[in-house]
Amino acid sequence: MSVDLNIRVKHLTRVEGHGDIVVDMKRGRLESARLEIVEAPRYFEAMLKGRSFHEAAIITSRICGICSLGHQITSLKATEQALGLEVSEQTELLRKLCIHGATLQSNVLHAYFLAAPDLLKVGSVFPLIESHPDVVKRALRMKRLANDIGDVVSGRAVHPITPVPGGFTSIPTAAALADLRRRLVEDMVPDFLATVETMGALAAQIPDFTRETEFISLRSDHDYALYDGDICSTDTGRVPDTEYRRMTNEFVVEHSTSKHCRAARSSFMVGALARWNNNHDRLCPEALQAADALGLKPGCCNPYMNTIAQVVEAGHCALDAVAIIDRLLDRGLKDEAPNQEPTRFGTGVGATEVPRGILYHEYSYDRKGCIEKANCIIPTGQNLANIDDDMVKLVPEVMDRSKEEITLLLEMLVRAYDPCISCSVHLLDVHFKE
Amino acid sequence: MAKPKVGIFDFTGCEGCELNHLNFEDQLLDILEHVEIVEWREAMDGQADELDIAFVEGSLSTPDCIRRIHEVRRKAKVLVAVGACACSGGINGMKNLHAIEWVREEVYGEDKYLFPTLPALPLDAVVKVDHKIRGCPMTQKEFLKVFTSLVMGKAPIVPGHAVCVECKLAENECVAARGLVCLGPVTRSGCGAHCPGVGQSCTGCRGFVDDPNLAGMRDILVEHGLAAVEARKRLQLFNANQLEGVRA
Repeated sequence: MSVDLNIRVKHLTRVEGHGDIVVDMKRGRLESARLEIVEAPRYFEAMLKGRSFHEAAIITSRICGICSLGHQITSLKATEQALGLEVSEQTELLRKLCIHGATLQSNVLHAYFLAAPDLLKVGSVFPLIESHPDVVKRALRMKRLANDIGDVVSGRAVHPITPVPGGFTSIPTAAALADLRRRLVEDMVPDFLATVETMGALAAQIPDFTRETEFISLRSDHDYALYDGDICSTDTGRVPDTEYRRMTNEFVVEHSTSKHCRAARSSFMVGALARWNNNHDRLCPEALQAADALGLKPGCCNPYMNTIAQVVEAGHCALDAVAIIDRLLDRGLKDEAPNQEPTRFGTGVGATEVPRGILYHEYSYDRKGCIEKANCIIPTGQNLANIDDDMVKLVPEVMDRSKEEITLLLEMLVRAYDPCISCSVHLLDVHFKE
Repeated sequence: MAKPKVGIFDFTGCEGCELNHLNFEDQLLDILEHVEIVEWREAMDGQADELDIAFVEGSLSTPDCIRRIHEVRRKAKVLVAVGACACSGGINGMKNLHAIEWVREEVYGEDKYLFPTLPALPLDAVVKVDHKIRGCPMTQKEFLKVFTSLVMGKAPIVPGHAVCVECKLAENECVAARGLVCLGPVTRSGCGAHCPGVGQSCTGCRGFVDDPNLAGMRDILVEHGLAAVEARKRLQLFNANQLEGVRA
């Protein structure tokens, strides 16, 4: 391998959105290693200006199809805080159930369809339909059920309909929830256990790379924090979610239409691995057993293990969804109308763990209930600086390998973060430059 | 007969419509028996030189988008616009309501010149579009209908009536009568009035019917207590591009 290395991967495949990988090494010296975000910017913050609080979540849901539920819930929480709208316990439980469905769906999609092909050395999930039909059918079955949770509770899994400020426009029936519960227990749990077995067989293919990293996630005293919690950093501890600007510090870089973030160091990581490192003590026993079987340990600093953390978390979401449905059915479902009478007009922050990490929305409302100022900080944007830092450490460590191998390692690295580039610009190509 | 070669492409949008392709859990394996997917960046490696059908999501909003859509058009025999962003500009069109310099500054501040941007355009503003699958997101049912028609060599049927018609057929309680702001009277059907069916109003995501009575619609919204300017904003949500020139 020559000491000159140039990699260009234009429009990286199997990620959500458009990004390029660029690596330049001259005479053994690394000049650049980065992920360029070339997704067309959307300008949502500008579009939100002047819009009614009824519309905010409808608009921000469209930031991203994959994370639409997360955007919607986060937007609703920010609006409710800004307008002083209280929501019922039933609303919170239903939202938590939706989040479990969306996280489960996204984690399964990433692990099976986007990440697993690399571990099996194929270009997509499609060849696996012939070589591993049972595995593909299992993945589809898991995704279907996860999406059905969204369909039943929120009206539609992609761009949900029923969650509105102050509650839901319609409440699912007890029979529909009981049916979801039955399928979770009869189908999802066995499928999850089989997934752990499948991933266990592939885990040896996961690259062995570590870099000491600051991990940031939500943290709650009550549960495995997804719906809400404090912001928790492995470096600096816990702060309330209203302090989010201090924990993100967005800045513009030339090589990315998505802004970068930093907190205590030059970069930090959010997502399933950060949640695992911060909150593994709040996972259900079945998820902890899966982590043990898959070799995922607390304090893990291998970003490639993010996919494994997603699998572990999928198990937790499935089982906790069962627990939430039990609580909803025990309490009895009430046909509540959403509470949409503002008690004040101010600023509110929403922070939610969506599949790729913490999502923040902040809105300021005027006295007509229209948005004066909006700010959305997206998980993939928070991870971009960390991906660059990983690349800078990784490339010199693997310089003895072929260019193809290095390119694959870089692509797999970016995919491991499960980046959602549409979101982040509200990305990915690898370029080797010769 | 060789299987038709299909490509799936994305431009400026949320990729939710594309995600809905991956959400065909029950039909994906059947679909793949009838076509060969040869290019789909979100799901697979590789690029194709020739396509029988291109499904294209997203609107066009940068110089690079314009270049790429011409490329897709050149290699595709049939081009299908998928979702509101591709069909009409969708929610991205709201960007066009503001001065572009203000929009860029609002988001990127003094770095606004780093990233080129254009008004968000539907695909047919730039290239010929053969068929449209509307909605935000597109529905899987409608996609399967269009898909089946194209694979069988037939022209897909485009619904032309308003959402209100489907809503009555579904025997939904009228959400406008309940006091919600509903755009069903001017919005093109095909969705089965799904949103009113779950208690939410129609936000117009499928675009307007041909020759919509927008003045009448605005009057209804104003009667519902919205200020004229608010009424216009509701109509703009998914249809800012079509409303150009319409004043409340």
